[in-house]
Amino acid sequence: MIINHPLLGPRDAAEFVYLGDAALINRPDRSADNAADAFYEYMYLRDNPAGELRELWYHEQGDRSWLVVTRNTLTHEISKVELARDVAMASGRNR
Amino acid sequence: MRYSALKVIKQGLSGNKGWTPAWREPEPKPEYDVIIIGAGGHGLATAYYLAKEHGITNVAVLEKGWLGSGNIGRNTTIIRSNYILPGNEPFYELSMKLWEGLEQDLNYNAMISQRGILNLCHSDPQRDAFARRGNAMLMAGADAVLLDTDGVRKLCPDLDFENARFPIKGGLWQKRGGTARHDAVAWGYARGADQRGVDIIQNCEVVGLQINNGVCTGVDTTRGKINAKKVAVCVAGSSSRVMSMAGMRLPIESHVLQAFVSEGLKPTIPGVVTFGAGHFYISQSDKGGLVFGGDIDGYNTYAQRGNLPTVEDVCEGGMAIMPNIGRARMLRMWGGVMDMSMDGSPIIDKTDVAGLYFNGGWCYGGFKATPASGWCYAHLLATDKYQETATELRLDRFRRGRMIDEKGVGAQPNLH
Amino acid sequence: MSQINRISDGLIDRTRTITFAFNDQRYSGHAGDTLASALLANGVKVVGRSFKYHRPRGVFSAGNEEPNALVELRRGAYQEPNTRATVAELFDGMHARSQNHRGPLGFDFMAINDYLSPFLSAGFYYKTFMWPKAFWEKLYEPVIRASAGLGSLSGQPDPDTYDKGFLHTDILIVGAGPAGLAAALTAGESGARVIIADDDFRPGGRLNAETLSVNDMSGAQWSRQTLATLNAMDNVRLMTRTTVYGAFDHGIYGALERKTDHLTSSDAAPRQVLWRIYAKRSIVCAGATERAIAFGNNDRPGIMLAGAVRAYANRWGVSAGKRVAVFTNNDDGWRTATDLVDKGVEVSGVIDTRNIPAPASVPGASIVMGASVVNTAGRSGLHTLTLSNGQTLKADCLAVSGGWSPNVHLSCHQRGRPVWNEAQACFVPGGELPLGMHIAGAANGSLSLSAAITSGSDVTAQVLTSLDIPVAKTPSIKAEDEPTNIKAFWHVKQSTKRCWIDLQNDVTTKDIGVSHQDGFHSVEHVKRYTTLGMATDQGKTSNVLGLAIMAEHAGKTIPETGTTIFRPPYTPVPIGALAGRSRGKDFKPTRLTPSHAWAEERGAEFVETGNWLRAQWFALPGETHWRQTVDREVSQTRNSVGVCDVSTLGKIDIQGSDAAEFLDRVYANTFSTLAVGKVRYGLMLREDGIVMDDGTTARLDEHHYVMTTTTANAVSVFRHMEFCRQCLWPGLDVQLISATEQWAQFAVAGPNARKLLSNIVDDEYPIDNESFPFMACGNVTVCGGTAGRLFRISFSGELAYEIAVPSRFGNSMMEALIEAGKDYQAIPYGTEALGVMRVEKGHAAGNELTGQTTAANLGLGRMVSKKKDCIGNVLSEREGLNTDNDLQLVGFKPVNTGTALSAGAHFVRTGQSAITANDEGWMTSVAYSPSLGHSIGLGFIQNGQDRIGETLTAADPLRGNSTTVEIVSPHFIDPEGERLRG
Repeated sequence: MIINHPLLGPRDAAEFVYLGDAALINRPDRSADNAADAFYEYMYLRDNPAGELRELWYHEQGDRSWLVVTRNTLTHEISKVELARDVAMASGRNR
Repeated sequence: MRYSALKVIKQGLSGNKGWTPAWREPEPKPEYDVIIIGAGGHGLATAYYLAKEHGITNVAVLEKGWLGSGNIGRNTTIIRSNYILPGNEPFYELSMKLWEGLEQDLNYNAMISQRGILNLCHSDPQRDAFARRGNAMLMAGADAVLLDTDGVRKLCPDLDFENARFPIKGGLWQKRGGTARHDAVAWGYARGADQRGVDIIQNCEVVGLQINNGVCTGVDTTRGKINAKKVAVCVAGSSSRVMSMAGMRLPIESHVLQAFVSEGLKPTIPGVVTFGAGHFYISQSDKGGLVFGGDIDGYNTYAQRGNLPTVEDVCEGGMAIMPNIGRARMLRMWGGVMDMSMDGSPIIDKTDVAGLYFNGGWCYGGFKATPASGWCYAHLLATDKYQETATELRLDRFRRGRMIDEKGVGAQPNLH
Repeated sequence: MSQINRISDGLIDRTRTITFAFNDQRYSGHAGDTLASALLANGVKVVGRSFKYHRPRGVFSAGNEEPNALVELRRGAYQEPNTRATVAELFDGMHARSQNHRGPLGFDFMAINDYLSPFLSAGFYYKTFMWPKAFWEKLYEPVIRASAGLGSLSGQPDPDTYDKGFLHTDILIVGAGPAGLAAALTAGESGARVIIADDDFRPGGRLNAETLSVNDMSGAQWSRQTLATLNAMDNVRLMTRTTVYGAFDHGIYGALERKTDHLTSSDAAPRQVLWRIYAKRSIVCAGATERAIAFGNNDRPGIMLAGAVRAYANRWGVSAGKRVAVFTNNDDGWRTATDLVDKGVEVSGVIDTRNIPAPASVPGASIVMGASVVNTAGRSGLHTLTLSNGQTLKADCLAVSGGWSPNVHLSCHQRGRPVWNEAQACFVPGGELPLGMHIAGAANGSLSLSAAITSGSDVTAQVLTSLDIPVAKTPSIKAEDEPTNIKAFWHVKQSTKRCWIDLQNDVTTKDIGVSHQDGFHSVEHVKRYTTLGMATDQGKTSNVLGLAIMAEHAGKTIPETGTTIFRPPYTPVPIGALAGRSRGKDFKPTRLTPSHAWAEERGAEFVETGNWLRAQWFALPGETHWRQTVDREVSQTRNSVGVCDVSTLGKIDIQGSDAAEFLDRVYANTFSTLAVGKVRYGLMLREDGIVMDDGTTARLDEHHYVMTTTTANAVSVFRHMEFCRQCLWPGLDVQLISATEQWAQFAVAGPNARKLLSNIVDDEYPIDNESFPFMACGNVTVCGGTAGRLFRISFSGELAYEIAVPSRFGNSMMEALIEAGKDYQAIPYGTEALGVMRVEKGHAAGNELTGQTTAANLGLGRMVSKKKDCIGNVLSEREGLNTDNDLQLVGFKPVNTGTALSAGAHFVRTGQSAITANDEGWMTSVAYSPSLGHSIGLGFIQNGQDRIGETLTAADPLRGNSTTVEIVSPHFIDPEGERLRG
């Protein structure tokens, strides 16, 4: 596969390490009442869709960017590639 | 029809005209005691043991495609019971014991071949871990032998003992491990279940689960609605898709595992050999093809195909320990979609929905578990109690912190 | 033997005679021959035996679809099983042997199977061989295995090398036949970057095998001219002997180029190159493959595909027989007859299943329309045909054409499923093609020459437009448009004899019948039950025929019956080529420590630690056993001073105004409270609450930390921290960089460590206990001004330091350290002594940090902060990780101190049997402690901390041992830690 890195252009997927569903960005708040359940769901449960999935790839053999790649799990077609930092910031994560 | 050598001869002499179908092709009935979704190895084994061990024969096995079309039809056929953890090892040893009597039980030759499985080790810590594992196996009633380099050499003289990047320092050998003819396992269970009255309904896709007030009462299929007292999901590879019909999210991701076969060759590989410092395992089929594989591709997918980096990685592992296979040619590559669970171990459990049961999360190791999976799932369906070797294979183990993580890589399915 | 079947013309070089041997008999051929064409030229009929019935078989095709003519090529370690004689280019001194027979090829003992064939029908083995149970492994299976398989491997390491390469292109054209050449001309003239790959050694495809003309010249001439034109274009790369074997995601294609397979010796050059081609678009012009018709005894040597017979005559100047008959259901078969007659070969008859007027005249041949071949005779080669009208016909070669199947393989490698074209009686590519793939020519059902060429140009024009490349005007190509009418005909039903479908696997029409009777109705079931299409040719000539016969049995049409999918590779690829250079010592890169050269000079023994090679011990002359060496290294370190290269530990440089906050979150314990100039042990959890790694982290400045990780986890910890930084807390001001390779680091341990280091560290950096106490750190200079870092940390439990200098000074530093400790008999120690000392101190390492271990298991539960938010602390509180009988890390010593402990033993209470139910834990690490004079161990046991002093059994049934051990503190040496503070 080829991942079109937003900073570096098209790169072979073999340069990357895969983590999984980009929902892993949404780490729960430890101080919330339901933190135990929230962390369990965050860590262990997956939508695992047959279709479009936003997922985390790390450019280990490259610039060390974490990317959010939108890829179809049936066709492997990639429709969008973003810097995970930008996605995290946009979803309200900061410090 | 009972199969025997005599029957083969009699049929041969009369032009092979008198064989009868191994299973019926029935129309679905309006209602069953148990519906099993998925006529893969596990689903068919479950149906067989429900009928044979528990006398529950008003059972339908529903299959989207042709029976045996799941991972039972696309694996590397290895059977073994060489696990470490007490949540796993007794279960897989039950499976091994069932394998050992399976063909006579089913009256079907599944070519179960206990020619041994050898895991190579390449470092002292790895040998220590193998010792821990081998002892756990023996303590669970399985067999295990710890070999030094010379012991490995006697079993597999063609390995690279001279020039390997990671020297072969020994191995853990399970003599009772080996291979089985994967398709025949599905066919044997299907025939056995059918003979006991189970309806195996092919080309019948489940498109919905009927759930009212927290109780599952049946399924909607491409061939209409079918009611059932109990619905047993058994669709590893598609578990998340089916369980999402019940609104459930699972501790499972779908990944592809590739496998490879070479052109037919005269015998060269004894038993099963696995490489301990790279991703490679190999055996040789009765037809002579080298059957080999390695790691999963590593990204979520529902496509039954993989990509070149993994293909090359596997072959590199092969050449690293067996440089004599270089001139053998890879004939075919294929992929199977795995239910990769969050701790690398499977799930056989009830769900929060009454009457709905779940069997899945087999990762890339479901084939060897086929008999025990069917046995334990049938036990659960028939009695609503966990079979004694399957008490830990529960859905809530992640919530409770009771993971069965053989590899120790945590909640990252692509690393198991 | 002379070349009795060699006829005039052809594209071989008759001036160059090549000698070769088949089954040790010497023959001659010419340059341009394949092994198959040369064998046919020499009148060799039987070239192999079939898989199951061991029937004699001859050459069937003229390409990579060959099911019969498989040989073991070359000798010794170069032996190459299952090579298709039809694509093996003849070279001088070639040695080939037939395979799969016992005894000589002509008198195969295993041919007994043929007489047993009524009992060996589809699936027979599933129905028998079950009794007695033990006989399977001992008797049945070994017999089956020995008779199955085809060729054999030499058993020796493959002596050849293989390379890998990567190519990028606008357009990849697969196949340089008429459509491919037309496509390449259009794309090349338009200026696109083009790769055109052809698996033959002579590109041109069917142009080389036909008498059809292009632009008023022979097809072969036109292809030669076109290739010259393409070769002259800088933007076109022509790759011959190159098979595109697979289509993978996102326009990535696998290709295998054979570099030296056509030469007598590879002469140390790479035998093959495995290419990965990245193409924006591909145009598959892979042509079509002819298929046979099923009729009685249709497997005899001499029965061949009609197109192949024509190709041998036209391209190789070989007549496949002295008297040839043709059996066809289409117009194409007739051209074989007319071409042969034109070349003066006797054609005894043409049998056409169609009831139409004969489409051509064939002088001398009896023409039988609306008829079929019912049976054949001839023991080791065809001599007579029996026709459906009762007529018999003499022929030693029968050219059969059941129609052509487009080579749709690459189009199916992803999701595409071919669709049935009734008019042409073939599957054409359909459904979803792989991204960027286009199909042209015969591969797309454009079966006539003119249609194929037009299709090649037209598809290319569309592809260029989609790439925004203007299409250059190219002169149109005029080619003959030969008739290709066909009426599907699959199976001669009057035949009472066996009718083969899959020649190699011996699948006959009866097997399909038995399979249908046994209830195997889906295509996949039939394929798996009968093994149809599963031989080395993957059913290239048999799949469609088999499918048609399945459809007959089921009373369905072919499209209703389905199709099986083709999977890569298109033709088999050597495992050696797929592995490339990654074998032997080059399997993985080898990382060397900074002091490797020094250690090598000292005669160190090295050990693989991941990809690192580390010094395991440094034996002195006279030491005869590794234990002697390691005991000395431990004692000398504990009694005076030792030095160890610990550069392999991961080093991560962490800077930024939020560095402290960041560390508080990634570590379970707190680092913001650490004073500048101090080091602290850190415990890192995964988010699931399990221990991920441990190590020390030093605060060099307010906003500057240096973390060490274990050697094994250096990469994964760094990746994890980048995840935390970029994905979880992108607003924190913190930057990370891996500095593992930048610093050489050495542990200097032992009571004389300070004295040694005082000779190394420059005087302006005092290192006395007061100025530089336990857990101090700081920047220093060494050896007169070289920048370095000093950490007062200890893994050995001794007074110890770690000193770091830039990597390039590492080797000299090691030498300088030993020199500086000369007065104290300073010694280097290796990983083995390091391991012994850490067990003596009770430090957890890889054997304990298995990824299944909690902080509580290690006795470090209190380090996990409950106050702050850190990775892993929420999930570490789950009930299952905090039970009353959790495993805890403790020490073990044998009650009989003369006994050696063994790692991997499991603990059971005294008197209890070693079964899973009684299992309380296991021994993780053991060592012989020279300091204590006996074996010691670490291990996890339920509730261990509360059981100090208890004796129990360490059961090791695997090695037949059972040892009585006492649970002790894991800190065997200096439990109060006085030495390290000294």
